[in-house]
Amino acid sequence: MKIRRIGGLTAAIAVSALALAACSSSPSATTTTTAASGPSTGIVTVNGSEPQNPLIPTNTNETGGGKLLTLLFAGLVYYDAKGAPHNEVADSITTSDATTYTIKLKSGWKFTNGEPVTSKSFVDAWNYGAKLSNKQLSSYFFEGIQGFSYDADSDLTGLKIVDDSTFTVTLKQPEADFPLRLGYSAFYPLPSVAFKDMTAYGQDPIGDGPYMFKDASAWEHNVKADVVPNPGYIGDRKPMNGGVSVKFYTSQDAAYQDLLANNLDVDDAIPDSAFGVYKTDLGDRAVNQPAAIFQSFTIPQNLAHFTGAEGNLRRQAISLSIDRKTITDKIFQGTRTPAKDFTSPVIAGYNPNLTGSDVLDFNPTKAKDLWAQANAIAPWSGKFTIGYNADGGHQAWVDAVANSIKNTLGIDAEGSPYPTFKDLRTDITKRTIKGAFRTGWQADYPSLYNFLGPIYGTGAGSNDGDYSNPQVDALLKQGLAAKSVDAANKYFDQVQEILFKDLPAIPLWYSNVTGGYATTVTNVQFGWDSVPLYYAIKKA
Amino acid sequence: MAWYIGRRLLQMIPVFLGATLLIYFMVFALAGDPIAALGGERGLNPAVAAQLREHYHLNQPFLVQYLLWLKGLLTFDFGTSFSGRPVRDVMAGAFPVTIQLAFVALFFEAVFGIAVGLVSGLRKGKLFDSTFLIVSLVVIAVPVFVIGFTMQFLVGVKLGWLPPTVGGNVNIRTLLMPGIVLGSVSFAYVLRLTRTSVAENMTADFVRTATAKGLTRRRVVTVHVLRNSLIPVVTFLGADLGGLMGGAIVTEGIFNIPGVGNTLYHAIQQSEAPTVVSMVTVLVMVYIFANLLVDLLYAALDPRIRYA
Amino acid sequence: MPETSRPTQMHFFADLDVEILEQVDTVDETAPPASLWHDAWQSLRVRPIFWVSAFLILLVVVVAAVPRLFTSTDPSYCDLMSSYNPPGPGHPFGFDRQGCDIYARTIYGARASVTVGILTTIVVVVLGAVVGALAGFYGKWFDSLLSRITDIFFAIPLVLAAIVVMQVFATHRNVFTVVVVLGVFGWPQIARITRGAVMSVKNADFITAATALGVSRSRNLIRHVMPNAAAPIIVTATVSLGIFIVAEATLSFLGIGLPTTIVSWGADIAKAQTALRSQPSVLFYPAGALALTVLSFIMMGDAVRDALDPKARKR
Repeated sequence: MKIRRIGGLTAAIAVSALALAACSSSPSATTTTTAASGPSTGIVTVNGSEPQNPLIPTNTNETGGGKLLTLLFAGLVYYDAKGAPHNEVADSITTSDATTYTIKLKSGWKFTNGEPVTSKSFVDAWNYGAKLSNKQLSSYFFEGIQGFSYDADSDLTGLKIVDDSTFTVTLKQPEADFPLRLGYSAFYPLPSVAFKDMTAYGQDPIGDGPYMFKDASAWEHNVKADVVPNPGYIGDRKPMNGGVSVKFYTSQDAAYQDLLANNLDVDDAIPDSAFGVYKTDLGDRAVNQPAAIFQSFTIPQNLAHFTGAEGNLRRQAISLSIDRKTITDKIFQGTRTPAKDFTSPVIAGYNPNLTGSDVLDFNPTKAKDLWAQANAIAPWSGKFTIGYNADGGHQAWVDAVANSIKNTLGIDAEGSPYPTFKDLRTDITKRTIKGAFRTGWQADYPSLYNFLGPIYGTGAGSNDGDYSNPQVDALLKQGLAAKSVDAANKYFDQVQEILFKDLPAIPLWYSNVTGGYATTVTNVQFGWDSVPLYYAIKKA
Repeated sequence: MAWYIGRRLLQMIPVFLGATLLIYFMVFALAGDPIAALGGERGLNPAVAAQLREHYHLNQPFLVQYLLWLKGLLTFDFGTSFSGRPVRDVMAGAFPVTIQLAFVALFFEAVFGIAVGLVSGLRKGKLFDSTFLIVSLVVIAVPVFVIGFTMQFLVGVKLGWLPPTVGGNVNIRTLLMPGIVLGSVSFAYVLRLTRTSVAENMTADFVRTATAKGLTRRRVVTVHVLRNSLIPVVTFLGADLGGLMGGAIVTEGIFNIPGVGNTLYHAIQQSEAPTVVSMVTVLVMVYIFANLLVDLLYAALDPRIRYA
Repeated sequence: MPETSRPTQMHFFADLDVEILEQVDTVDETAPPASLWHDAWQSLRVRPIFWVSAFLILLVVVVAAVPRLFTSTDPSYCDLMSSYNPPGPGHPFGFDRQGCDIYARTIYGARASVTVGILTTIVVVVLGAVVGALAGFYGKWFDSLLSRITDIFFAIPLVLAAIVVMQVFATHRNVFTVVVVLGVFGWPQIARITRGAVMSVKNADFITAATALGVSRSRNLIRHVMPNAAAPIIVTATVSLGIFIVAEATLSFLGIGLPTTIVSWGADIAKAQTALRSQPSVLFYPAGALALTVLSFIMMGDAVRDALDPKARKR
């Protein structure tokens, strides 16, 4: 697998004037696969799933709703196909100390009800999303902003409106990648009408994005949601089609059958069952490219036999005993890329050659040797299990990984299925899980830190294995406070080198986005976040 | 007659309460915390989770939750799903779809099952009979999802005769294939029931009398044999209607039908008690009413039965 | 059933001669069932379908009991390098996605499916027969109560209930949890059939006679009524056995049946559906074995029903 290097983000985040501003002047990175010019009029049908929550930006944390929000809203920045941020509503985002940011808005932006998009639209929306009693699922996105509290309702005192087109954000501590996050849906603005009745708003949201709901019945629950181009949209993501119809599927198989029968134009999730045939079925309309998704399994820090020096040897041995290449070939038919680090190849700063990454190679001899050394410290007993949720199509690879460990180390290893994701999460959250468990991470915003900080920082929100290493904590903090992304990534590389030694989680592979499109559409590109750039698709 | 119906309606109350309590208990006892899954892969902040739990009464004891739900029921308030939609709306969206699907399936199994069963029963032991007997056995023995996937790919994708999925286009064309798949097992039962029943009745005294009376074979078969043979078949079909609606989980999943089965399956996975219990309650009611209807139909089919 | 022949007359009879009555008693106890079963056997032994299904059932049961007789390959040894390899020497059915030997898995998978089928049927028959017999025999409010309970369980679709309950068992799923779940929600059908059969038998002359002889009600139920209601129960049970095996496969398809660590047809079919198009043979073997097993039980049920049904036997 060839590694794609990201160009857009290598530009340094300048101390006084953020490079982001510069990006907006250059044309967006749309590489056309077919050279048809001008917008088309056809309605593009794409796969999706019923949003699990009302369509409120700060309360949407899953792809079903996220997909629609990206169509309906424009935030301060948007990400292009490669994950590079470009200013959308923001005119500039500047800082001198990575702690206080001054955000200036472009003029002329309006919500589809005619209300102008102002500083207040952002500040009110963020305050709403952060307030504890509003119980918004994405509230943690605001936890770095001054005034945020998990203990009681409190305003984000770090947000100050200067005038209609300017506001400032003060963070609790320096975070250099804060501007990178602003394209995430939690940071979208809301019109004032939303706060009058948020429940009603969540059913028929009014946004400022390239598309809008035509009327209140555009969202047919469990069936589909239709969006039409927003004539008032003035950003770079200009719709090139007559609208998008997101059809909701409960199984990827059904969507794929529709794609084959030309009942669906774009499918961004080829099912497991078609991995063997989708390339034959679709020819050059098949898409298989790396995405910002990292898969691993976590071995809890306090798991018996996996603590101290013995545990360290065993972790190394387990990692060395997994034949990632064969598994990605045979089980995933090349739709996964064996992991070389703890992040993703589509993120700027990705480095597949970090010191210590050879622990991810398949090396049965060394694995057996290390396992024997561990046995010398304390003899192995019991069974190695990998917990997973049976409702997510994980069974095949978990079985394959368990077999690989079993066949290499000669120990009893098996998958431990939980019927649903909920059951797995419950056991993980309560720390009652008795064994390793699958963990995955899809980046919210294109940054190395997003793959590391929330997972391996002491006490971090998704540190499900309770990993704690003061060195890692210090380096993460230094990385955040760094003045440029490149400088920050040097610290993050060091973090990963420590992680290779400690192996709180065993990296497995990066998920590719595996999709395809019908003969009816052209100019289909898949973004860094696995979602196609719907606005650019053309259909006659 | 009125007294009979009245008594049957009264008997529904304990069945209704019992079934809802049972279902509510099962959903309540489900392992796992529904809120835990809402946070996705990264989990949810405990403070936010606590707020949500309180909002959905999840921190209340089981009986309190059940009674709260019952109380809402009196005002046709079935509660809200985690996505913030009233369960009433969720049901109003799902049931019409599944009812249509169930009727397509019921129509298929009744018409074809009875027709094939009748011919088989009349020609017991002949080639036609043996062929369809084997077909019916195979249909019962092969899991429905194998039949579903195969038909979807062959008929829907390869041949392109029918759309492979339903989605938002709920009509007779899209529902035809799922209906046949859903009704396939019951088709086999109806066929077998009709066949046995017809064969039995052909040797019954009243048929011999009718034939002796000089009635044409056609009249004997349609009026005397078929009418009497339909009694067990109708019982089965009545009981099956509820089963078809609730048992469409697999079929609705394969063909992406936004009906009861799909909705229920996801609600169960998310431990959305109000949605699960409300929908199952409706299914139970359908079942009870269908059975009442069947009993009343008996009287029409069999003059010997009279309800007092 | 003529309801007018009430025991008063018989009772008068009974006082007359104890010896004769004892004879009547013995005849009542053994004769009718013996002749019924004897007749049935006479009819069964000449039917080829009976012998074919009996042979298949026997074969499946032996395979389930001692799979080692049929293969020496370890069904749980899987080498990914042989993933989807075609059949070769010693591996007549080839390999599945994980590189496990399909033949060995098909052989070893019989145990789980057959155990689920047989145990569930036992649970269902015991529960259903007890409830149905009590309801049918004692009648009145007791019947109403039991019938309503039966309704509650009948009204909740089996697969639906199984999904909910299997979620409760979550991490502790094995053959027995599947049996319990299918059993608890599968008994109402047998209960109804038993109730109906018991109700039609309990007013028969020989029961009336037995009652007249002072046979206690419970003894009457067990010794006289039940054997005569057994035929429909047995027929339904054999067919149900097949249905339960399929139900287990369906649960596995939904990811809530037997865990994959237990070698079972259901789980293997569920896994193989991902290769339905590219590698259909992986699905074919476990599904074929399952279908054949189910088929043989249903055919056996058919044969037994025809044999027990005097009307069908006439021809």
